[in-house]
Amino acid sequence: MAKGRPIRWHIAVFLAPAVLVYSAIMILPLFSTLNLSLFTRTEGGTAFVGLDNFRTLFGDPRWSAAFWNALGNNLWFFAVHMLVQNPIGILLAALLSSPRLRFSAFYRTAIFIPTILSFVVVGFIWKLILSPLWGIAPNMLDMVGLKSLFAPWLGKEEYALTTLALISVWQFVGIPMMLIYAALLSIPDDIIEAAEMDGITGWSQFWRIKLPLILPAIGIISILTFVGNFNAFDLIYVSQGALAGPNFATDILGTFLYRTFFGFQLQLGDPHMGAAIATAMFAIILVGVCIYLFLIQTRLRRYQF
Amino acid sequence: MIKTLGTALLAGTMLGGTAWGQDVTLTIESWRNDDITIWQDTLIPAFEAANPGIKVVFSPSAPADYNAVLNSKLDAGSAGDLITCRPFDASLELYNKGQLADLTSLASMANFSDVAKSAWQTDDGTATFCVPMASVIHGFLYNADAFEELGLTPPTTEEEFFAVLDKIKEDGTYVPMAMGTQDQWEAATMGYQNIGPNYWKGEEGRKALIEGTQKLTDEPWVAPFVQLAKWKDYLGDGFEAQTYPDSQNLFTLGRAAIYPTGSWEIGVFNPQVSFTMGAFPPPVPNAGDTCYISDHTDIALGMNAKTAHPEEAKTFLEWVGSPEFAALYANALPGFFSLNSTAVEMEDPLAKEFVSWREKCEPTIRSTYQILSRGTPNLENETWNASANVIRGSETPEDAAKRLQEGLASWYEPQQAQ
Repeated sequence: MAKGRPIRWHIAVFLAPAVLVYSAIMILPLFSTLNLSLFTRTEGGTAFVGLDNFRTLFGDPRWSAAFWNALGNNLWFFAVHMLVQNPIGILLAALLSSPRLRFSAFYRTAIFIPTILSFVVVGFIWKLILSPLWGIAPNMLDMVGLKSLFAPWLGKEEYALTTLALISVWQFVGIPMMLIYAALLSIPDDIIEAAEMDGITGWSQFWRIKLPLILPAIGIISILTFVGNFNAFDLIYVSQGALAGPNFATDILGTFLYRTFFGFQLQLGDPHMGAAIATAMFAIILVGVCIYLFLIQTRLRRYQF
Repeated sequence: MIKTLGTALLAGTMLGGTAWGQDVTLTIESWRNDDITIWQDTLIPAFEAANPGIKVVFSPSAPADYNAVLNSKLDAGSAGDLITCRPFDASLELYNKGQLADLTSLASMANFSDVAKSAWQTDDGTATFCVPMASVIHGFLYNADAFEELGLTPPTTEEEFFAVLDKIKEDGTYVPMAMGTQDQWEAATMGYQNIGPNYWKGEEGRKALIEGTQKLTDEPWVAPFVQLAKWKDYLGDGFEAQTYPDSQNLFTLGRAAIYPTGSWEIGVFNPQVSFTMGAFPPPVPNAGDTCYISDHTDIALGMNAKTAHPEEAKTFLEWVGSPEFAALYANALPGFFSLNSTAVEMEDPLAKEFVSWREKCEPTIRSTYQILSRGTPNLENETWNASANVIRGSETPEDAAKRLQEGLASWYEPQQAQ
């Protein structure tokens, strides 16, 4: 027994810093949020109410209408990113990795730069560009004779959310582009050469050889987009305010949570209902990520080079 | 070298600290960071000269963060001695939590009317916890040069109001009215709450709503929405995406003729405009009707219940309640009108015009501020949304009123009885 395997302390020691920091700043707040959602404020204190806050959130017609509206908007926000941002990102990456393209480093940097800008800057700039009063968008459309197409997009219920989603796409298209670009560069030359020997070149080479090889990267991008979009808040708050106008057409889960948790104008904040919304958001993201991990990622084929 | 400099600086601060050691320093918490120079250059020196031994520091935070910052400071016990009070529930909650002191016994409270104090009292009116400082009055600013050019006179009735707007629109030089719906609060505060009191008869309607004898679906409460729905045709192109700063610029650059607003803009606009500004009160429905104006109690000063210097803080508050302070404040900040019963002589002509309406019109406060915004859904926030919808034309006045009434009745008992 004395000669049994020594306890490998170094594992615990080396893991400790990460575990401690992660627990302190991620796990503990997460559980305290879950805990907060089970209480409510009463005269001079708080009381445990079990799942009552969730009953209000999903059962009360007003709360549930606001919640489903926010969730629906959030799904549309996500759909625009998946349908516009990621295909464009892949296309740009494919173009950038073409050996015949000149100034590719310049394009790469230029397209990536908006990603590092603050939401405040992006929201403000786009609000100005699209402003019906001082913006350059109406003038530019006028120059090409399409003034009639201009509308105060951010103020119209039917366009505001899509406009904001496209602004967000403009800002973040650099991320899928970079990830796919890296994945494309990591495809070994001999595979490409073998394809060329077999007469597969150009677009057909992209569709048949490269795309299957970058599918795992596309999967990762999709899940990053999903998590990012369901946690989104900043752009909407900066450009439309906490009431996410017009008429809550741009209200997503993040702004709904903010309004409820911190209050707005005369409405006092309700941390407990806010925590209930945060918990629902957490559950939605968790389910989404699980679907990806267990149903999609396990089926993606990986190629070892 | 740097170290020596650091030590010297440190020593300097310590010396500075000891020199003022005998004096009591009071700190004021506020959201009015625009006013910091007025406090430092005008108000505080005037007080300190009259009260040696008390030093006052004005320490504001950003307006949007004020409530959150103040609450956490009060909870942590690090808040200043004097607290600038928001009207109604935000301050009432602080008083109920024991964080604001009861100031009912302050001698200078006698200088204020009951309406002036109502924003900082318990519901039954037995305790007052902040000294009222100022109110803001709603109305319309207009470009007097443009009016002269087009041969217009400020309208007094609804009919004249739309006739003037029609003429400006016909001429085409100016945007008839500067307002947007992007920020929503313009529509509610400068629209609904501005013209509304003429229809619901000021305090009479406001109190009836609180008692539950009137509903938001009653004619006096729907009428302002009917008016707002007509404004749409007179606003600038793309008003749906026009923000509050856009509207301000549209008016100060001389591109819009009329600007529905409040007196707080006077101080901001005076240095910016190159034309003569005029003001008219919200037009009445029929000639000869009593006019009502929103004279909204907006700002007051209270005392942190846990202050280390309650006596000195009270001395300061007595001074804030005095006619002397009222005159200094109202002239330093044209557009913020003293609530003091003693009439204050003001110099700014536009501010004088606004305040003169107090003589001929019945004052009231914004209808959603007292009690009615305590529950969820919040009536004030719903009114923003409804007013913006009505102006954009995406909701009819009747539907908007019905939705507000249902929201209010869902939690407010006096409205449920019927």
